[in-house]
Amino acid sequence: MSSDPLVVIVGAGPAGMAAARTLVEGGLRPLVLEKGPTPGGRLWQRPATVDFERRLPGHDPDRAERGVSDFLGIVDRIDWYPGTTVLDATRDRLWALGSDGVIDQTPWDALLVATGALDRVVPLPGWTLAGVYTLGGAQAALKVHGCAVGRRVAFLGTGPLLWLAAAQHLAAGAEVALVADTSHRLGALPALPDLLSDPQRLALGLACFRIVRRAGVPIRLGVRAAIVEGNETVRAISVESRGGRRHFTCDAVAMGFGLVPQTQLLDLLDVPFDLVPTSGLWLPRTDRSGRTPVPRVYAAGDGARVLGGDAARLSGERAALAILEDLGRPTDPERVARLERELARQERFARGLARAFPFPAELEARTDDDTVVCRCEGVTAGAIASAVRTFGRHDVNAVKALTRCGMGRCQGRLCGPAAARIAARAAGVPLGEAGRLRAQPPIEPLPARARCMVTEPNG
Amino acid sequence: MNGARSRLRTEVAIVGGGLVGCSTALHLARRRVPCVLLEAERCGAHASGVNYGGVRQQGRALAELPLAGRARRIWGRLERLVGGDGEFRATGHLRLARDEAEAAALEGWIREAARYGVHGELLSREALRARFPWLGEGFAAGSFSADDGQANPRLVAPLFARAARSEGATILEGRTVVAIERAPPGFVLRAEPELELEARVLVNAAGAWGTRIARLLGEELPSEPIAPNMLVSEPLPFRIEPNLGMAGPGIYLRQVPDGSVIFGGGRGTVDLERRRCRPSFATSLATIGEACRVVPELARASIIRTWAGIEGRTPDDLPIIGPSPRMAGLFHAFGFSGHGFMLAPAVGAVLAELILDGHSATSLAGLEPARFAPGSAAAA
Ligand SMILES: Cc1cc2nc3c(=O)[nH]c(=O)nc-3n(C[C@H](O)[C@H](O)[C@H](O)COP(=O)(O)OP(=O)(O)OC[C@H]3O[C@@H](n4cnc5c(N)ncnc54)[C@H](O)[C@@H]3O)c2cc1C
Repeated sequence: MSSDPLVVIVGAGPAGMAAARTLVEGGLRPLVLEKGPTPGGRLWQRPATVDFERRLPGHDPDRAERGVSDFLGIVDRIDWYPGTTVLDATRDRLWALGSDGVIDQTPWDALLVATGALDRVVPLPGWTLAGVYTLGGAQAALKVHGCAVGRRVAFLGTGPLLWLAAAQHLAAGAEVALVADTSHRLGALPALPDLLSDPQRLALGLACFRIVRRAGVPIRLGVRAAIVEGNETVRAISVESRGGRRHFTCDAVAMGFGLVPQTQLLDLLDVPFDLVPTSGLWLPRTDRSGRTPVPRVYAAGDGARVLGGDAARLSGERAALAILEDLGRPTDPERVARLERELARQERFARGLARAFPFPAELEARTDDDTVVCRCEGVTAGAIASAVRTFGRHDVNAVKALTRCGMGRCQGRLCGPAAARIAARAAGVPLGEAGRLRAQPPIEPLPARARCMVTEPNG
Repeated sequence: MNGARSRLRTEVAIVGGGLVGCSTALHLARRRVPCVLLEAERCGAHASGVNYGGVRQQGRALAELPLAGRARRIWGRLERLVGGDGEFRATGHLRLARDEAEAAALEGWIREAARYGVHGELLSREALRARFPWLGEGFAAGSFSADDGQANPRLVAPLFARAARSEGATILEGRTVVAIERAPPGFVLRAEPELELEARVLVNAAGAWGTRIARLLGEELPSEPIAPNMLVSEPLPFRIEPNLGMAGPGIYLRQVPDGSVIFGGGRGTVDLERRRCRPSFATSLATIGEACRVVPELARASIIRTWAGIEGRTPDDLPIIGPSPRMAGLFHAFGFSGHGFMLAPAVGAVLAELILDGHSATSLAGLEPARFAPGSAAAA
């Protein structure tokens, strides 16, 4: 008889792990590909041994332990490939680079993309200095390596992660020079009804804020401009808010303005994207079940829509049920309904967050001409604006072709949204008309010396 | 929508805003001839804006050499012509022979090309090693052509479009020609969205879509779509000066000033209907393997991006350029078969002469559409 359909999950964070478990319960044997050496993703990153782990707010080692060991409990019922980076996807196969440096391919019948999100950065004067990290980078240093990224770290950005990361650093005994948020405290008020939809998360957020305040760390809200100072390495940060401009000495800056879903695989598979006007990000079209308009392609977790860790787990489970449904396998309608209710609640909370911590579009649009936007290629905001004016082109892919912005190692992951904003502003058109950088394979650098398992010449 | 169309009238209508179309528009506009160019997407969106950037005469079919020679002269003063730096550099082109048969082919080509005033320097195995220490083992001979070089297609294509515009050509982007009617003495083109264009002369510069455009007028000129597959590495510290190619089929490779190595070989996949193409991962892997044999140090780098571009390929691998054998006022220039970037600046100049003067000093013998017209002498 015909063998079971092959479901492939890319990414073993909370979303991918929940999906794998659900598929196994549904009688399938999914193939799970994960870039990192261990499961858990960003949320459940675990240190080997760090004595302060239990003190970190928002970090529940027992839960992380349980989540990961739950997953490890089913590895004999899945095909599990850690250390494997997917590089390209077509309608019938995936190409990936294994930890052994070997390239291999796999066919797939259904594909769940659960590739998570990266911190969003805004190009600011000095942001390319050594000592500037993303919030995620700073958190990883703390959780995985047990050390802070500097002796005195300034936190800049907006969103719950900003306060969480600062509070975690304080709890770990690190010195925090400043927490600077582009959002206003007042902005949080209209968001309150939505935020009350998840009292636990709201409480965590408030607790983080309190930790920072009690520690006597300088706090700036409604930040309008920021400059990282130093030559080669960070020496200080100066921020401007209603109270004026002030310098704060520090030797590291951790920065993040919300998260950007990693959507390259969905893009390569022709999933359509829509612009979310409030954040200025283009997101893949998915519904609450994780289905995309492309048959057999599903998305879950922060890789589709940034809703947070709990929602990631729920959406992974929901997408797995959608896969089972679409394969004609029995699923429990009540379970589906419950998951969708829960997800609706998480969406509501996320709406509240987006209101309380709006993305600082003005800060991004008014990037100084001299400021580097694309750090891989050293392209400044001025070079982007001048290409737009010289050639009358504002499509961000045309800007890339003309200026090299987004052509480097990271393929525009960091600078794409800012480049689009700057191009649109220079052309005087709405942001949507600048479009988005299209993904091109390989979505991660491919070492030329990688050996290949495949011998057939065409595919 | 009420279906109302704007109607324009001009002297010359050009279908396609690649380099061929834009260079034709530029040369017509410089002679103050009204022309309107219709481009389905954006100028340079296809082959002209995404190609490898090789600018070489070496290795070309002899029939292309008169045109290539003229193109080379234009490349030398490109900045003055288009008002910007397209990064053309005469870095030389090195063609490599893997065995004695290929070495003999190199030698034969050098002899023949000399009659056209094109020069190649034959290099022995030892000379290759001494002069290009980064080169891999196993090449029997090489041929170096100092006049050849490379340019940046991402800049050249938009520069031509901008120059044509500023000389007075009308360039309309986002207009897809969907129907053409013969309306003696000229043509009426219908484009989506909402445009009708009446012109005395029509230039088909639609690249890979050239066969389809010809077919709208009942003319059958063969070409098939192909999608050459391209890759680029992260920057490497050593310096490969010349543009590299193989005597037989194989890869082509060049290093740009920032250190990245751009190389290509094989094909991706193409969908002419949806106007899209895609690099093939399997092709890329094969190309990487071959490129590492040519430049072993490339193995230290990572490949950071691959892409493909849509091009039309004719049965004899030569472009179709010149007047229609059957219809007065119709000119074709498409099917460049993977090597039209270098030629395009001259194609526009020659077409402008054919249209306005009825003849050109640059020979198109062997490239004319008539070779595919049944019953005509050239087709025999
Ligand atoms: C990857 C790649 C690498 C290459 N490398 C080299 C090289 O190194 N050296 C070299 O000399 N050549 C090279 N070539 C070939 C070269 O790029 C092409 O021969 C040349 O650019 C062709 O120019 P064009 O204007 O005819 O075509 P294109 O640039 O393809 O332009 C045709 C235009 O017509 C438009 N069009 C089509 N149908 C319609 C319609 N119905 N209505 C309106 N507009 C329409 C298209 O949108 C397109 O923009 C390469 C090609 C590719 C794809």
